[in-house]
Amino acid sequence: MATILAVDDSASMRQMVSHTLKSAGYDVIDAADGLQGLNKAKTSQVNLVITDVNMPQMDGITLVKELRALPQYRFTPILLLTTEAGADKKAEGKAAGATGWLVKPFNPEQMLATIKKVIR
Amino acid sequence: MALDMSQFLQTFYEESAEGLETMETGLLNLDVGRADSEEINTIFRAAHSIKGGSATFGLQAVADFTHHMETLLDELRDGRRAVSQEVVTLLLESVDALRELLSASQSNQPVDAERINATGQKMQALLGVEAAASEITQSVNSMTGGIHGWSIQFNPHRDIFMSGNDPMRIIAELNDLAEMEISLNADELPLLGDLNPEESYLSWDITLHGDLTRDALMEVFAWVEGECDLTITEIVDTATERETAAEAPAEMVRSEPVVENVSRVEMKREEKRGSGDGGSIRVAIEKVDAVINLVGELVITQSMLSTLGENFESGQIQSLRDGLAQLERNTRELQEDVMRMRMLPISFVFNRFPRLVHDLSAKLGKSVELRMTGESTEVDKTVTEKLSDPLVHLIRNSMDHGIEQSANERRKAGKSETGVVELNAYHKGGNIVIEVRDDGRGLNAEKIRQKAIEKGLIEAERKLSDEECYELIMLPGFSTAETLSDVSGRGVGMDVVRKNIQSLGGSVEVTSEPGLGSCFTVRLPLTLAILDGQTVRVGRQNYIVPLVSIVESIQLRGELFNQVAGKGETFNLRDQYIPVIRLHDIFNEPQADDSEFGGLLMVVESEGNKVALMVDELLAQQQVVIKSMEANYERVCGISGATILGDGTVALILDINGIIQMHRGRFNSCAA
Repeated sequence: MATILAVDDSASMRQMVSHTLKSAGYDVIDAADGLQGLNKAKTSQVNLVITDVNMPQMDGITLVKELRALPQYRFTPILLLTTEAGADKKAEGKAAGATGWLVKPFNPEQMLATIKKVIR
Repeated sequence: MALDMSQFLQTFYEESAEGLETMETGLLNLDVGRADSEEINTIFRAAHSIKGGSATFGLQAVADFTHHMETLLDELRDGRRAVSQEVVTLLLESVDALRELLSASQSNQPVDAERINATGQKMQALLGVEAAASEITQSVNSMTGGIHGWSIQFNPHRDIFMSGNDPMRIIAELNDLAEMEISLNADELPLLGDLNPEESYLSWDITLHGDLTRDALMEVFAWVEGECDLTITEIVDTATERETAAEAPAEMVRSEPVVENVSRVEMKREEKRGSGDGGSIRVAIEKVDAVINLVGELVITQSMLSTLGENFESGQIQSLRDGLAQLERNTRELQEDVMRMRMLPISFVFNRFPRLVHDLSAKLGKSVELRMTGESTEVDKTVTEKLSDPLVHLIRNSMDHGIEQSANERRKAGKSETGVVELNAYHKGGNIVIEVRDDGRGLNAEKIRQKAIEKGLIEAERKLSDEECYELIMLPGFSTAETLSDVSGRGVGMDVVRKNIQSLGGSVEVTSEPGLGSCFTVRLPLTLAILDGQTVRVGRQNYIVPLVSIVESIQLRGELFNQVAGKGETFNLRDQYIPVIRLHDIFNEPQADDSEFGGLLMVVESEGNKVALMVDELLAQQQVVIKSMEANYERVCGISGATILGDGTVALILDINGIIQMHRGRFNSCAA
């Protein structure tokens, strides 16, 4: 089964995302900020990254850029988990190399359906 | 599949509370007129996290509220709006409103909807038209009657794989939406030798049949909008002659108030879950690691001892002793470390005070600076929870009654115009000491005495030292302010403070220098779970006396007690007559005949009352773990709890104050 890296500075959000993903049988690694996420992604190869945008230490957009610069993550799907309805954040994320986005508040079933399409 | 998210609610509430503190501190740090974007960003991030979580948990009112705060903060951050006092005050008010909304939802209580709506409306008014505009909700194009399908030219850019997207995923998704005809265009595909496997060369012509909205279709392509050339054309029913999709669908503008109805806060959670507060604690990882480490050592000691026990010979007695000594050390360290887990820095309590002082200064029209030291001093979590209200009261008191009414008055007294309230925390002995100190006018002993006489609290002819006068303000029904203000004092002030502190096993003391200020010193035990006790023997039983209440112990050498009619016995201690309480009588223990000559008197003090307890023998001093009487049996007069001694027997812990009360009303029932 695929391994997913979930990055969010909010513990409750992290727990919910992890719980949702684990309930669907994915292996989940989580991280509390971009920097931690980047380090964890370096130590173990993951099949999908789901990251918050606004975080201390390193924000989600920078994380996407850093990951894309790593040869083993050039084509890995990276989804931004964001409440930013504004198109500019999404565009910024896309420009950094994000695959797409999931919106908070998330619906667990919808999230899983989307993930299933991204990592088949 | 239904996923229960409510199990994460507690975490959300905890981190929201932290977020609100962060916001509050950040807002107080903001300088009016100057936008510190880093500070604003921190506040923004906190608001943002709360918004994300609350929306997910269905706390719509909270989400709406934070959304508008975010909008406002965003404007501040980008410099589109100046950081004015008005804005800061409004944001602080919003923090309060959020706190109320969250705690209401947590405890399942109704909220003060009027106040919250008022704050919401102020926010809306400030944001003005922009807010309304941002609430535009596009109506879904429901006019699908004329559409038979869509024709799509999908030409991914060469680098589409670089974003982790896959054209095949999109095509599969379209196929799920509706019946599809698809043709591949591979004209761009180079010869194998020139082909770069990391690039996309293909494009597709797709026809979808069926009633689909453009929105639904666009959603499939949302992630790759910038990474492909896309042409989407409606296949129009010729009979309706509709224009191509270039024409925008009719927009319906709907503006929604910030908090249209606060009662929307989800209150559905069951009662029992609502009352589950205080059930968890966040512990620093290093504290947990320390405990794990110690448990490891304990396991090693245990295995060493059991190896020793398997073939024990008398020659190994030294190794056994060493092992036992090590076990004792491990146990003690483990106990200390586990206790440390319950400890929180007192900043958890202090953090709200800058705000309190800020608001009160404005309300009282006094300029007051708060200085805090020792915020990292650690106290038991239960203590931090119960300490907040008494400290709030003491600070209010210092600002209202302590600091002079006007800057003018202070200048005349040769002081700086800004008053200072100090909040100091430190460890002293086995206690934590918290001082609330002001540099105001000090307490007026004579005025306090007059007031106490007026209120019938003391007799007019009674002589009192200044210190004793200061103590009077902690009597029930005392208030020095000539008029009651809404800031402090409705006459239910200081006595409640003292009662609360005493219920934590602590004490409050007042010192004051006329003209220079007053200082309230709160002393508290470090933890409520462990007590330093003196074991004493009374007849056949052992009892524990809290060490803090013991003043001294006297070996009787034939001194006689004085009988006072109707009031029992007293003992002359350095010309001070103090009541004698024979614990034998209270606990129904036989008393040795010569005890009056060979017995021991233990002088104890509680709430300023000194009494001498008659006991048979002083035994060990030790730390004991308090077990509640209420939880295991029922409340017993004169007993505050029980503990298990080293030899496995149970010893009762004396409640000195209770025993004094019992002695006083010897023939009345105990006022529990």
